Amino acid sequence: MELIDQHTKKIMEGCKERARDAGLSFQDESLEYIVTNRDLIELGPKNMIPTLYDYWVHDIEVLKEQGRYDLYPNNPYETVINTHPPISFYNDNNPDWLNVMIFYHVLGHIDFFQNNLLFKHTWGSDFEGQALSDKRLIARLRSEKGRQVDYVIEFARGIDNLVGYYSELAEINFPPEIKTSGRLDFYFDIFLQQKVKVRYHEYQKEIDRYNSVLKKFNKMAESVFFSDVQKKYPEFESLYEKYKKQYQQPPKDIMQYIQENSEFIKKDENRWIQSVMQIIRNTSLYFQPQIRTKIMNEGWASYWHEKLFLMDDRIKGNEVNFARVNAKVTALPRIGMNPYALGMRLFFHIEELADKGRISFEFSRINNARKRKEFDRRTGKGKEHIFSTRENYSDFMFINDFVDQDFIDRHKIFIAGKRLNEKKGVYEYYVKSRDAFEYKQMILTSLYHPPVMTVDREKSRDGILYLRHNFEGKPLVREYIANTMMGIEYLWGGPVMLETTELEEKPKVPAQFVFYYAHPNLQTEPPEEKYQKVLYTMEDRYLTRTPI
Amino acid sequence: MSDSKDSSQKTRQEQGLHDRHRLPGSTLPDGNADKTSNKEFSRSIYDYTDLVFLQKISADYNYTTNLSTIDELLERDRQRSEDGFPKKIKLGRFVKPGRGGKNKIVVVPSTVEEKFIHDNRPQSQEDPEQNSGGSGEGEEGEVIGEEPANEAEGGSGSGTGQGEDGDHEIESSAYDLGRILTDKFQLPNLQEKGKKRSLTKYTYDLTDRAKGTGQIIDKKATLKNIIETNINLGKVSADSEIDPSELLVSPGDRVYRILSKEKDYESQAMVFLLRDYSGSMSGGPTEMIVNQHVLIYSWLIYQYDHQVETRFILHDEEAKEVPDFYTYYNSTVAGGTRVASAFRLVNEIVEKESLARDYNIYIFHGTDGDDWDSDGSNTIPEIRKAISYSSRIGITVARMPSYGVYASTIERYMANSRLLSEFPKHIRMDTISENDSEDRLISGIKNLIN
Repeated sequence: MELIDQHTKKIMEGCKERARDAGLSFQDESLEYIVTNRDLIELGPKNMIPTLYDYWVHDIEVLKEQGRYDLYPNNPYETVINTHPPISFYNDNNPDWLNVMIFYHVLGHIDFFQNNLLFKHTWGSDFEGQALSDKRLIARLRSEKGRQVDYVIEFARGIDNLVGYYSELAEINFPPEIKTSGRLDFYFDIFLQQKVKVRYHEYQKEIDRYNSVLKKFNKMAESVFFSDVQKKYPEFESLYEKYKKQYQQPPKDIMQYIQENSEFIKKDENRWIQSVMQIIRNTSLYFQPQIRTKIMNEGWASYWHEKLFLMDDRIKGNEVNFARVNAKVTALPRIGMNPYALGMRLFFHIEELADKGRISFEFSRINNARKRKEFDRRTGKGKEHIFSTRENYSDFMFINDFVDQDFIDRHKIFIAGKRLNEKKGVYEYYVKSRDAFEYKQMILTSLYHPPVMTVDREKSRDGILYLRHNFEGKPLVREYIANTMMGIEYLWGGPVMLETTELEEKPKVPAQFVFYYAHPNLQTEPPEEKYQKVLYTMEDRYLTRTPI
Repeated sequence: MSDSKDSSQKTRQEQGLHDRHRLPGSTLPDGNADKTSNKEFSRSIYDYTDLVFLQKISADYNYTTNLSTIDELLERDRQRSEDGFPKKIKLGRFVKPGRGGKNKIVVVPSTVEEKFIHDNRPQSQEDPEQNSGGSGEGEEGEVIGEEPANEAEGGSGSGTGQGEDGDHEIESSAYDLGRILTDKFQLPNLQEKGKKRSLTKYTYDLTDRAKGTGQIIDKKATLKNIIETNINLGKVSADSEIDPSELLVSPGDRVYRILSKEKDYESQAMVFLLRDYSGSMSGGPTEMIVNQHVLIYSWLIYQYDHQVETRFILHDEEAKEVPDFYTYYNSTVAGGTRVASAFRLVNEIVEKESLARDYNIYIFHGTDGDDWDSDGSNTIPEIRKAISYSSRIGITVARMPSYGVYASTIERYMANSRLLSEFPKHIRMDTISENDSEDRLISGIKNLIN
């Protein structure tokens, strides 16, 4: 792994200037490394973060990928990671014009990382440095605790997709003007009403007093207000402290709940488990926005590499070469989904919509196809709109808001179905539907969406951890439940229960029966599929399942 | 991976462990001196500067150094079950279909990180169709492409076998596969027979002795020598007390035990792999049998390091011996089915080469359970004869789903013959079905040889 040479770096800096002029924004510094394909294979399982902690599953992935590479060698174009400064990896020996294209693509990603709000929690720190210190901590723990560390990593990773990413994000993005202090909330909501039980008019008077203090002292208001409270209710502070201890922020996810409440982890000799879990949790949180913005991120980068490349004066004469490479990356495939192609076209689509003022109530009310086609208010808001889209949207919103019938028709997109033709002994691929709504549904259901699971505190008693899966139409993968729950049991240090929903199990009809009675002319109704709630219990590494 | 050593060297080179970042004006030899090996020799002491020499060492952190080898990973997996957790490492294979059956196979370890995730497989039977995106011309409902439904018939796995250069690749990746299986199996009923030959690797032991140097001093032998020397010198006589402080020790007196390589001799073994390649085997059953025989073969060449001899026999109505595993693996299906022919051929070979005297003989037979010899009147006597000299016969029946609950011909006549209960130590039968996983194949092997 080595840095790109000065000549290539100069090209990169030129690209940065032009990208900035076009409106992209990103920090000044960036690091570009030349890597071999083997390096990339080894970095792959670590999500391209060279400093990520070591873990044996990563090693297996590497061995597997090396095997795959032996059969199917390929040259990945580039990869960027969301660090500060951002780091990108390249193949050696790209011609300059190709580097220009790739650099624009990379700058598109960097701009996206540093402006899309889903990434907000990654802006404050450099993950690579963080990961390095985590890696060292894990290495040290491993030398002290041996393979226990790897079990903890494994089991923590078993629930790392359930991290409360949106809760973290909500907290960061909570508007400060409506974020009141905990002390105030406690005083008015609990202390006055439940402890002192003041009369209504007194309560009203206190609110008035606070408002007048707020007007007079502005930022100092709270301390002034409470200095008076202190005189009147000397016990207030200690009650508040007690309350704070008891009702600290509720845990944001199962992982945090376990970290805070597991009797096993609370033991002095097991404290270190918390640190490991924290590392796994942070790492997972760091990667959450990536997977939720795949189509947008690739689309945005492709949009910009295409636009900026064609505008670049340095590479005149390579348009045909560019067209070939660009088509390989961004052409809509005859069958299959390509996030680059889809995302890029959607951004162009949105830009056009906004340019013509079509993202409006007025346009949405027009049913007449010809009028829709001719509608053009010449608002010129296209650029502005795509920039705000890249700032505020996730894949789900992106697809849900902007995939419409016009878009589908224009690019001749359809849902491709695959079915077995038994007579010919072939699988047939066919045009299943060109309906925008159905297409949208297909994409939306294929987007990353971890199950919603919560801890039922009522039922989590007597050392039991009771988890509830919020059923959204899809059951959990049953084969994985046992090992995942075994891991949770280990971390929790007691029995774990999981309430989830699954298809009802039908008694299997014995084969003979089918043979004798399933006459071809006999039409039988397919038995109705029914979902039911089931309760899994993991105790002493033994799993039981009971319908409830 | 066999080339990992080469590649790691390459990687190190590529990562610039050579002096690529040279300061301008440095007196180091320039240009292609990088590639010569004697640059250390030509480097004068003034060429060493902190900047190019010292700082670079720590700066070059290499993440690859922490990569575990497959053996370490497997050791970890074994440790898991000792700790009371299920094993997690499985073996997977990448198959790249090639022209004319030259498929490349690479064996790799794989594992799954279990989590609570949504099950995206179709839940009901009503709509098992898969959907994806697409673009371009075509009316709704129009078929735009086809793909053969049964890949196995098309050419992978059991396809026609031609060409030689595919051979080595199967062999070498099979070797890796064997490593993964190795701790699970032992050839059963190995007996002392005829001429011996090393089946396993060498063992090392502190058996040889050397005078003067070595690892562990042999006190008794050394003392004897010292006494002998001193008797010769007249320092020790029979009638006086021996004063140890007076004794002289000659350098040659010290006797050491040294580590030496010992060949571990064991009885020889010969394994016959038999496979039905008749028409009824086409597709699924062949795939299953061939996969299982790959596993057996890999395990043999790994654990017994090519010391176990393996013979390959294919049969339809007639049986024939093929020269190597590659042909065995890749031969296409042919005519009808006479299981007896295969066992007869084995019996003939054993008799003609009088193998039974010198070898432990193992026979693994793979079939779909079909046999034209419907009551086994031809086959059973041949098997009975084979039992008389072999250490173990293992029959794998890959059942077709179409059989339903009925036993196949072979299963039936084997049951009638009571061979299995009569000679439980010598013959085993295992039934697998078409969709069984690789795990099932492995446990099938266990059933056959345990």
